[in-house]
Order: sequence, then structure tokens, then C-alpha cells
Amino acid sequence: MKSEQQYIDLYTQCEQMITSHSCELMNAPRKEALEDFMHMGFPTRKMERYKYTEVAESFAPDYGLNLNRLDIPVNPYDVFRCDVPNLSTSLYFVVNDMFYSKALPAVQLPEGVEVCSLSEAASRHPERLVNYYAKLARSGKDALVALNTMLAQDGLLIYVPKNVVVERTIQVINILRSDVDLMANRRVLVVLEQGAQARILFCDHAVDHHKFLVNQVVEAYVSDNAHLEMYELEETHSDTTRFSNMFVEQGRYSTFVNNTITLTCGKTRNRIDVAMCEEGAETSLYGCVIADSKQHVDNNTLIDHRAAHCTSNELYKYVLDGSAVGAFAGRVLVRKDAQHTISTENNANLCATREARMYTQPMLEIYADDVKCSHGSTVGQLDEQALFYMRQRGISLEEARMLLKFAFVGQVIDSIALEALRDRLHYLVEKRFRGELHKCEGCKLHK
Amino acid sequence: MLEIHDLHAAINGKEILKGINLTIRPGEIHALMGQNGAGKSTLSHVLVGHPAYEVTQGSITFNGKDLLSLKPEERAHEGLFLSFQQPVEIPGVSMVNFMRAALNAKRKYWGQDPMNAADFLKLMREKRKVVELDSKLANRSVNEGFSGGEKKRNEIFQMAMLEPTLSILDETDSGLDVDALRIVAEGFNKLRTSETSALVITHYQRLLDYLRPDIVHVLLNGRIVKTGGPELATDIENRGFDWIKAEIGE
Repeated sequence: MKSEQQYIDLYTQCEQMITSHSCELMNAPRKEALEDFMHMGFPTRKMERYKYTEVAESFAPDYGLNLNRLDIPVNPYDVFRCDVPNLSTSLYFVVNDMFYSKALPAVQLPEGVEVCSLSEAASRHPERLVNYYAKLARSGKDALVALNTMLAQDGLLIYVPKNVVVERTIQVINILRSDVDLMANRRVLVVLEQGAQARILFCDHAVDHHKFLVNQVVEAYVSDNAHLEMYELEETHSDTTRFSNMFVEQGRYSTFVNNTITLTCGKTRNRIDVAMCEEGAETSLYGCVIADSKQHVDNNTLIDHRAAHCTSNELYKYVLDGSAVGAFAGRVLVRKDAQHTISTENNANLCATREARMYTQPMLEIYADDVKCSHGSTVGQLDEQALFYMRQRGISLEEARMLLKFAFVGQVIDSIALEALRDRLHYLVEKRFRGELHKCEGCKLHK
Repeated sequence: MLEIHDLHAAINGKEILKGINLTIRPGEIHALMGQNGAGKSTLSHVLVGHPAYEVTQGSITFNGKDLLSLKPEERAHEGLFLSFQQPVEIPGVSMVNFMRAALNAKRKYWGQDPMNAADFLKLMREKRKVVELDSKLANRSVNEGFSGGEKKRNEIFQMAMLEPTLSILDETDSGLDVDALRIVAEGFNKLRTSETSALVITHYQRLLDYLRPDIVHVLLNGRIVKTGGPELATDIENRGFDWIKAEIGE
């Protein structure tokens, strides 16, 4: 319990400080979260869902936490322009784990739509969020969720009322910025009421060269007939560790699309649990990972078909270079009553070096008797014949490798419905493969 | 243009070529015939630098340069082109990106600026006509889902784009019906100049009827055992290879 103890001590010693800089909504579940955390301890690799990623060692170092909620001396709007050309977004910032509310974008959101700090929303409509916060992400489910619930003091809320369509993409830039090694407990709550529609793009960046540890929890409610499209684009640095736990609940005939793209990072584990609770829901989970040197990227998903006539589609692609380690474990659970489920799951991987390692585990568990499901995975190397063919035409070996890797992940990127974002990702991925993506272009924060 | 001297080559330690001597001058078309396993494809692969083959002895000079010291891509820039017996499918890489990368790599090698997008697309359009290649095919991934005939036409299209000085056609006629063969052969003939040469590997007379080789070689057991004029190809078509074997006492 060594790694755990410092967080338990931190909480017991600083409880007053933590709660006084937070709101009742977030304070209410803390005690239970502490008990769950003490009871469970950090997950170990003996546990099925943590087989591929060591947790305790990532949490062992002594990170600073901004429990006093001091302002970070940065105005992201002045210094940050990570623009996706031709894509106009409503741009918001989260600095470490604080919503940046000093200068909100001039964009007019449709009436009733809220993009704001959780505490602020809780003070305005305390009754509205109480049924959502920490309800999907229960602290008993996972020690990292418990830890986040214990320590998170604020978060981001995206709320779209009934039948409202948010046309413009909501873009949230998560900036990690600190003068010391820092732990951020990011919390996100997305609520789409019946018939609502939104597209959200999260971009993760680390600005300073300190060690960052992000422990993020996302809860998303996609109500009946609602449509939520989410993109997570991680471009941090090798000293960043990211644990993300996302829980999604879908209503009747709702659609949820998620696309997780990991371009640069240190160690990343993304967990996504989607519960398809009612008939006719559709889920698509896409992922694209490009990792090299000693990067470690683990995507762990659960698609839970609880009702009939639901459709799920999952595709993750990895390109591993250097001595990078990739892991994909995707469980599709088709429960007894989930008749007429249609589900496909695919994980394809390219290990470009001998030292790169990929662990892949697609899992399909079916208890209904009238379903159409498939799952599969491949791990391969670059096609030698294709490489030679290209070289014979005059393309250098390096360029030929690049073209093949680019083609390999292209399938995931082409699934992105939004053209401007798709083009931008083609550009970023190409730069990444050329080794030119040390920083995001147009971002003045990077020196 | 090309001088091969006493070339020996092996794959996986097994010697396939056992002393090839061959000279090709500008403007000449040479046909290389021989039974399966004689070493025809090995010779073509050794010429373009396939990494699986090891040259154990001998030399190849191409336009005065030591070909064996050049990487495959450098050989291509120097003007060597292989029309593959089995063109490779490359899913996800579009013909446009593929050709642009190839052409600009060559331009860079010769100290030229990359071609701008408009000129490049114009060139693609022009050269497509040489082999009547559908514009839809040009927008697809390299060879993916192409029929056998389309793949071979695509090889000649690439040849038209890259304008090599020495082309090796490795059984470009195999698997083609009469019409496809005509399109491919006529396409090739349109690209001929007094400066360009070719080494045509084939089993059949019909391709040679179109291409009209100047010199015909017979490869047997890793050696060129007979060289003659176009009439040699006709003899082989009519009589097979046994009489040649008898002639050399094998």
C-alpha cells in the first residue's frame, strides 16, 4: 500500500482544503470514494483489465497538486492557437484540471447549451447534475475512478438540452502547464438530453517539460435519439502519463462515435465502457495509435449490449516503432436479451521494428442466440514486397515505409466524418511519421 | 548502356546465375527466353537490386556506373525500370501519391525542384492515354482490385511517367488476353526512342511479334547458351528448347 498511502494521507490531511475549493456536488461522494480507494488499492496486472499497464509505479512519484486552486499564470487564448484550418470551433480551455473561465469565446452557443466549469453549473442548477455526477463512474468500479472522485475539485460540463443541435464543433484544449511535476485530476461530464446532438474535440497538450500525471474521468450520457461524436487527440510528451476512464450510457436509438488518436505521449491508458441500455442504439469506437521510442499505449474497451437491435463497430489500428509497447483489449458483451445485435470488432497492428511489442485481445462474449458478431485482430510487419516495388520506382526506403504506415492508419482517419478535421489529421499523422511532430504548429506556447 | 560481365548470383545460398555475359546498347531490344527456373526472373531482380539476391561474382555497368553499388531507388533514378511479373498491391496508397513520390524523388536526385500539383496531374492524364488506363484506376490504391490486365497496363503507365532508359519487361504478356496484350505492347512501342532499350523476358512469340526484338537470347541453367536474331524466337516457338539443349550437349 506504499503508493496508495501518500494519496490517502494527502486526502486526510487536506480534506478541508479540497472541499472548501470545490462544490457540494463533488464533495458528496468523496468519503465513499476514499473508502473504496482504501479498500481496493491501485489495480495490479493480475487484474484482467489492467493486464497490460502497470499503475502503482506511475502514481508512486511525488507529484504536486494544485489543491488551493491557484491561478496558473497563463492566458491560453493569447498564446494558444492550435487551429484546425477550415474548421471553426467553439474553443474552450482546461488548464491542468481547471476550466479556464476568464475569457470565454465570443461564440454564441444555442440557447440552453452549457460549456462551463462543473462547480459553476452546480451552483446554478444543483438539481440537474445530481443525477449524473459520479453515477456512471462509480468509485467502487475502479480505484482510479475512486482516486479521481476523492481529489477532483472541479471539472468541465457540456450540457445540451432536449432537441438542441450544436452545429459548431466544441473544441476543448487540455493544457498541462506547471513549474513543478504535477498531477491533474481531470473530470468531464457530458450530458445530451433527448434528441440533442453535439460534436466534441478534445486536444491534449503538455506545455512544460515537467512530469505530468493525468487521472481523468469522463462520464457521457447520450439520451434517447441523441447523437454524440467525440474525438480525443493526444499530443503530449514523453514525460506525460495519462489514465483516462470514460463511461458512456446510451438511450434508445442514440448514436455514439468516439475516435481516440494518440500521436505523442509517454504512457497512456484509455478505458472506455459503453453501456447500450436500450433498443436501437449505435456505437462506433475508433482508435489510432502511433508510438515509438519507449511509449506505452493501452486501449481497453467494453461495449455492453444490454438491449436488442443495437449495433456496435470497433476499429483500432496501431503503428509501433522503436521499442514502443501497444495493447488493445476490447470486450464486446452481448447479454441474453440483446437479440439482433450486430457487432464487429477489429484490431490491426503494425510492428515496424523487432523491439516493438503489441498485445491484442479482442473478446466477444455472447449470451443471446440471434446475433451477428465478428471479431479479429492482426499483428504484422511492413510488406517487404510493397517496399521493394516502391523502391524500384525510385521511392527511398524511408519514404516507402512512411507511405505504408500512413496507408495503414488511413482507414481510421478516413472514418472521421468532419472533413476539415480529417484533413488536419492526415497532415498531423504524416508529420508524426516524418518525425516532425515535436509540437503542434501554430501553437505559440511551444518554443 | 548495360554491360553484364560474368555475373553469378544466388538466393538463400543456392547459385542461380552462373556466369552471365550480356551487352545492351541504346535503342536495342533484347528478348530473353528460357524454360521456367532457368534464371530469367533472377536476372531481372538482380539488375534492379532486389535484396533477396546475392551477387557472388561478376560486374554490371550501367551508363558507365557500377550498378551493383547503387541502391534499388538509385538504379531507378539512373533510368532502370522493371515491369513486374506480379505487380504488388499496396492498399491505402493512392496511385497519385505513389507516382508523385516516385517522380519527385527522381527529380530530386537530378537536382530538380518537385513538380507542382497541376503539372503533375496534367502529366498523369497525358500518360494514362498511352495504355488507355481508366481515370478511376488512377485514383485508386496502387494495383488494389485491378484485374491482371489492368495491373500490366498500370506497369506500362508507370514506365511512361518515369521515362526510363532501360526497361525490363518480366513476363509482361503472361495472363493477358489478345486485346490487353495489344494495348500493353502498343503502349510500350509508343514510348520507344532511339535512346531507350529493353530487356524483354517472355515465353511466347506473340509479344515479340509486337515488340520486334533485335537480339534473342536463350537462358539455360543460369547461362546464356544461345544468341541470335528474331528468327531464334520463331524457332523456339515452333520447336521448343530441346534442340538447343541437344546442340550444347545437355
